[in-house]
Amino acid sequence: MAATHTNYMAIFWWLFALTIIEIGVIYMPIAKVIIVILLISLALSKASLVAMYFMHLRFERRTMALIAVTPIFLGTLLVFILIPDHSAVPHRTREEVRPAAVSH
Amino acid sequence: MTEIALSHPAAEPAESPLTPESWGKLGMWIFLVGDAMGFGTLLAGYGAMRYGSADWPSPYDRLGISLTAFMTFLLICSSVTMVKALEAIKGGRPGRVKLFLCLTILGGAMFLGMQAYEWTHLIEGGLKIYGNPWGATLFGTTFFIITGFHGAHVTGGVIYLSIILAVVSRSRNASRNYMITEIAGLYWHFVDLVWIMVFTFIYLL
Repeated sequence: MAATHTNYMAIFWWLFALTIIEIGVIYMPIAKVIIVILLISLALSKASLVAMYFMHLRFERRTMALIAVTPIFLGTLLVFILIPDHSAVPHRTREEVRPAAVSH
Repeated sequence: MTEIALSHPAAEPAESPLTPESWGKLGMWIFLVGDAMGFGTLLAGYGAMRYGSADWPSPYDRLGISLTAFMTFLLICSSVTMVKALEAIKGGRPGRVKLFLCLTILGGAMFLGMQAYEWTHLIEGGLKIYGNPWGATLFGTTFFIITGFHGAHVTGGVIYLSIILAVVSRSRNASRNYMITEIAGLYWHFVDLVWIMVFTFIYLL
């Protein structure tokens, strides 16, 4: 049994507060890129709290934690792998592409 | 241990190397890591399609976030009741174990009910898996596939926890009850963790 001495209600209130902040962030009059960075950071913080305390990852062996974070690295890598695809092909709707095709 | 392993190279270790208390726990972790890669791929694909689209609608304007914010709150609450059930097993309080497991299952069932309501509302508003009245078709496709894939996990979780509730209610073996509940809890918290990411990427960004 994992040795845990966690105040679960404190984690709950942290998750609750971070969710409220997330919703507040989307209405803030700041640059979209800042909003994206803030939202992803807040989501990763919440996910880390769930994994570390509710899933007891903090009390598991370090190797276990390394295995658990692998999908984050692979997912991030996948985002970069996909960049050439979506920058090369314009995914527009038919209506928007059609006038350009007619003019040629 | 090393000497034994060297002298008997074919012998398997009796206990799990990363989770000595249970092989099942290691099995669940490995399953969850694989599942996380599945969700990670879906979300990365979503990001690529959205970035490459010229007419992607603003999700929080079209989908609405008040209901889904409450659904997020509900899943967080169900994660708390799940860990409370585990604490109750440790404290030898079977009545509270059943109560907290029932509350967790109820939280999952309510989440599914709200998702069904949300889907119905959006489908009636014109959003389809093959179409979207507000722009990019893939907006509808990605929305239904990702939230549907998560909803399927919640459905699986509700069934899984119901079975655990039935087993724990009948068994008096506290250490076994603790272990199977902890392993089921890992799955349930993972479902909560994934929703945190889905809520951010699909609804807020």
